Amino acid sequence: MPNGLIARAVVIALLGAARIAAADTIYVSNEKDNTITVVDGAALTPVKTIPVGQRPRGILLSKDEKSLYICASDSDHIEVLDLASAKIERTLPSGPDPEYFALDPTGKLLYVANEDSNLVTVIDVGRGEVVTEIPVGVEPEGMGISPDGKYLVNTSETTNMAHVIDTAKRQVVANILVDSRPRRAVWTADGAQFWVSAEIGGTVSVIDAAKREIVKRITFAVPGVAAEAIQPVGIAITRDRKLGFVALGPANRVAVIDAQSYEVLKYLLVGQRVWSLGFNPDQSRVYTTNGVSNDISVIEVGSLKVIKSVPVGQAPWGVVSRP
Amino acid sequence: MVFGLSRRVVFRLLVVLVASGVPAVARAGDEKVQIGWLSQAVKRSLPLSYLDQPPPDEGLQGARLGIADNDTTGRFTGQSFAFTEAIVPEDGDVAEGLRDLAAKGIRLVVTDLAAPELLSAAGMPEASEITFFDAGTADDRLRGTDCRANILHLLPSRAMLADALVQYLVAKRWQELLLVVGHADGDREFAGDIRHAALKFQAHIVEEKPWTFVPGARRTDTGHFAIQAEVARFTQGISYDVLVVADEAGEFGDDLSYRTFAPRPVTGTQGLVPSAWARPHEQWGATQLQQRFLRQAGRWMTDRDYGAWMAVRAIGEAATRSKSAEPAAIVSFIRSDRFELAAYKGARLSFRSWDGQLRQPVLLADPRSLVSVSPQPGFLHQFSELDTLGVDKPETKCRMG
Repeated sequence: MPNGLIARAVVIALLGAARIAAADTIYVSNEKDNTITVVDGAALTPVKTIPVGQRPRGILLSKDEKSLYICASDSDHIEVLDLASAKIERTLPSGPDPEYFALDPTGKLLYVANEDSNLVTVIDVGRGEVVTEIPVGVEPEGMGISPDGKYLVNTSETTNMAHVIDTAKRQVVANILVDSRPRRAVWTADGAQFWVSAEIGGTVSVIDAAKREIVKRITFAVPGVAAEAIQPVGIAITRDRKLGFVALGPANRVAVIDAQSYEVLKYLLVGQRVWSLGFNPDQSRVYTTNGVSNDISVIEVGSLKVIKSVPVGQAPWGVVSRP
Repeated sequence: MVFGLSRRVVFRLLVVLVASGVPAVARAGDEKVQIGWLSQAVKRSLPLSYLDQPPPDEGLQGARLGIADNDTTGRFTGQSFAFTEAIVPEDGDVAEGLRDLAAKGIRLVVTDLAAPELLSAAGMPEASEITFFDAGTADDRLRGTDCRANILHLLPSRAMLADALVQYLVAKRWQELLLVVGHADGDREFAGDIRHAALKFQAHIVEEKPWTFVPGARRTDTGHFAIQAEVARFTQGISYDVLVVADEAGEFGDDLSYRTFAPRPVTGTQGLVPSAWARPHEQWGATQLQQRFLRQAGRWMTDRDYGAWMAVRAIGEAATRSKSAEPAAIVSFIRSDRFELAAYKGARLSFRSWDGQLRQPVLLADPRSLVSVSPQPGFLHQFSELDTLGVDKPETKCRMG
């Protein structure tokens, strides 16, 4: 009897620990109503709405995860949101119309895509200053930095290329032609590959980072969905590179991909016009922003099932999560 | 006779040699794509509203922006884009403009010409190796009985515009239409397309009325009393859901809204308008194109600007993908099923093999808001839903030869 009690107590304690590990806080940028929605990851309910600058799109956590960087596209700057006080503590210059960005692994530099001016702007976060600008293709969009910080991949939507930028030289060192309207560039955790989604082309190109060559073009076909509605944007790849997730836009599906064989395993029905994807800290979940249905969907990575949708603000765009 | 023939053969050979010599000069990594522009200055009638007068550089500004976009990409691919403008005066000869371009070795020509001028230019002996990118017309006949193998059409045909509008009206269940038609050929063609679309998508034209008033002075101090009464009388006693107007020149269409006998919306060439491009459009990254254009031209982008931009971008895209500056390679890529153009309408655009028309979504907008984009959900097609708009392969009257 006492033994049983102890065992039960242990189980309860373990359950509690597991719940704590899973409990995260989710931040969603709402492009249309100029806010960030804070969602409690345990209860999966919205807990707070924070007003920010005009047209918030790309969001990123600072290295210490205490602040959130926000591309306020129509305010033409980046805002730094202090997550403890829920206040904008300062703004960073970004060049015009910042849409999306990447933080270098040291947390000191931000690389920003300026959609309107064919530039990538490099910002020193500490000093709050623009360090330099790197000319790229028409409408720079996606930004992905290699895990070692040596290379930055930028996509340009109208030039249809992935530009590989040497971050030490701050120069474009390679250009890889991909399918129409490339959006995101996401590195695998081992730094061996980066994946580039093409919204209009309807594909994801898997690119060998050393050879700078496309090794696989992943295509999608959802029964009953018009080919034109399949518009890949957000990408999330698990750290062990077992699974890849691709948001298919107005097809309202997230494709699950075997990241070794590149086979599409499953299409998960989520909200309308699914856009960005983000893992929770232990990668047991993927969150999706659904721009038309104004919610986020929660995908359980273990079971590959959509377990819940949570209402957020209007036109949710970016999503990040922290413990 | 024999001598004359052989001289001609020799001459032809020379032409072939010269023509093939041009691209051979360009080295890999230093290729120049030559694009020509051919238009004729046309005096257009003043539309009813003084707010939006046709800009003199309409179309041309779109092409110039396309060149700038192509050149940005070209920096990474070792390609550059040369743009030669031939603008023929109103009383000038389009043939001469074309000869000038042809003599410079230009084989890709973007045009903003009316149908007769375009057809005569495309039929010239100098045009035999030239591909025309028609960025100015919506004429169904140029995609049908008068189609030409060496012309591609960038802007939607009137049939596509009519289908896009009627699909939306049917989706709204506003199926009883009153059709009001102006006096111009284009107006009559658009009205015919509306009738055809109504048949196709199961709407019903309750009555078709010609607008016969001769347009007078645009402004009179007390004009609105007369117009108000006239439009009310004109629409009285008819039971309908929506008024569809065909008045491309803008002579009377803007005078219909709010003046009809029954409270009914106005659509067609005024009111809710189907079009390739629209000022309020900002989806699928369109904001970027609108901003770039505004910065360059100092005014808003119009349909014709957009058509010309798409023409130049189609050439640029094909040059990038085919890794060639050679016109023949570019055109063959454009016509292949590998070609796709992203043009800020959330779909991949390509040319229909049967009539050279660019398949594309059509925007439905009023002057200040984007209302919808056709094809509407639920209008299905065996191959591409975009082909529910306009003349499909089985019904085409185009015989290219």
